[in-house]
Amino acid sequence: MDSVVLLRPVPDPVEELELNDDGSDLDRDYLGYVLNEFDDHALEEALLLKEATGGTLTVLGLGSADEMEQILYTALAKGADEAIKLGDELEHLSISSQAEIFVSALEGRSFDLVLTGVQAADELNGQLAVRVAAKLGIPHVSVVVGASADNGSVKVTKEFWGGITADYQIQTPAVLGIQAARQAPRYVAVSLIRQAQQGGDLSETDVDPPPDTSGVRVISVRVPEAGEGAEMIEGDEEAAATKIVEIIRSAGVK
Amino acid sequence: MICQGELTETSFELIAQARSVATQTGGRVVAGLVGSDITALAAELGGADRIVVVDDPAFENFSPDGHAAVFGSLIGDSSVVLVPYTSMGMDVASAISATSGMPLVSFCTAISVDGGLGATCQLYAGKIEADVTVDGDRAIFAVLTGSASADGGRSGGAAEVEQVDNPLEMTLRSTCLGIAEPEGGDVDITSEEVLVVVGRGIESEDNIAEAQELADLLGGAVAGSRPIIDQGWLAKDRQVGKSGLTVKPKLYLTLGVSGAPEHIEGMKDAETIISVNTDPQAPIFGVAHYGWVGDIFDLLPELVDKLEAD
Repeated sequence: MDSVVLLRPVPDPVEELELNDDGSDLDRDYLGYVLNEFDDHALEEALLLKEATGGTLTVLGLGSADEMEQILYTALAKGADEAIKLGDELEHLSISSQAEIFVSALEGRSFDLVLTGVQAADELNGQLAVRVAAKLGIPHVSVVVGASADNGSVKVTKEFWGGITADYQIQTPAVLGIQAARQAPRYVAVSLIRQAQQGGDLSETDVDPPPDTSGVRVISVRVPEAGEGAEMIEGDEEAAATKIVEIIRSAGVK
Repeated sequence: MICQGELTETSFELIAQARSVATQTGGRVVAGLVGSDITALAAELGGADRIVVVDDPAFENFSPDGHAAVFGSLIGDSSVVLVPYTSMGMDVASAISATSGMPLVSFCTAISVDGGLGATCQLYAGKIEADVTVDGDRAIFAVLTGSASADGGRSGGAAEVEQVDNPLEMTLRSTCLGIAEPEGGDVDITSEEVLVVVGRGIESEDNIAEAQELADLLGGAVAGSRPIIDQGWLAKDRQVGKSGLTVKPKLYLTLGVSGAPEHIEGMKDAETIISVNTDPQAPIFGVAHYGWVGDIFDLLPELVDKLEAD
């Protein structure tokens, strides 16, 4: 089972987001980026598939954030066979453009599965997995929470809601939008990442940014008013604890 | 969209949104109903003006490429196409956009038609709201659940119903092998009166013990937001939100939960919501009744001490 995983950095979800001066975008100068958490799960699922079935695992990274190389070396340290950084100086790409770049990189490659995160927090114009599948003319399944390979066909579990799931048998090659891997993404020792860096097994492919065909333009962004529903408790943790106990009691909880 | 033989709540929410667009533009609301043995469900869709039904055994279960292709064939020259931003909608919306070339806007909470077609979207897990516009006069909008009242889409009279034969000539490339319901665990969070709910801010699996101690003191249970369940730190049956369970406890106390739209969907009707987060911008404070900005690990020991002494 040969797999390719598509990786994208996104603004760190635990950081406070600030806007630029004209309110048209985030202020990206000081943003920290991390691997999109769903892409991390896609990588984990691909590693599990490789362990079970053999085959090759290639990771493609798209994004100009400084963190991209670190993300790719981490993937190599975890067990990817090949890591390719696509382009440089590529910023604010729509999902349509991202799909186009990934598809160009996939063309001419032989693979059974492409895996990527089911969504990213800034994915304004659709699902990368589905757009890549549509461009390649191959099937897709989104919100996948597990995959297994058996006699040349792939079985995936798709999650609906309330924990309801359905199993699908899917023809390959196919693209999977991963919600969660069967197990939490593995940790890898820093020494192994350093070893991957020293091995220098990262290749780069030049990419010309394609014209944006998404047809979607952001006019303005804003931070929704925080706390408009909540009565904010002031003071330190001791004062807060006293107040919270009062609220708990008045809510009728013993 | 249909799940286990019933129309989803989201279907009615979309009809309510579509009605609002149609009223402003002088258009009509057309609902696409695709499944097997589902024609009777058209009677519930009186909020639409017209219902196009594809009732065929091939669609007994949701098929990612099959449903995408058939919905794609039904949209005709509609100018506004609304798709739910749900598990099924994710497979459908982007595929229709790719094949039709119509722009697609995700994470929508509201559609606007004044001065061109556009939408309001929630990005970065609800931390940022964006106003966007689309090129041209046709677009697909993937709408977040809970963006409109489902009751607004239930009202209405009898719509015109049109039966259409399965338009697909393709062989479906994915086959549904079966549907599974979640297995019941030791705790049913939907029947607990008190939930202590942990999010990404709990930082590690080991720290969940502190939340459990608090839950024990309050006679409740620990639940979690999606990242916690995806990490495997809590079982799937402890997940609150869109892909988890909907809960309405007497007390909902969140620790380090940012409040992504899909989480809020599962807990917004709790009687009393108290939220603690280090980020004053966390969207959870928009739905909580009480909030404190600070470190949960400073607060937890204080809270436990006070409850033990109380």
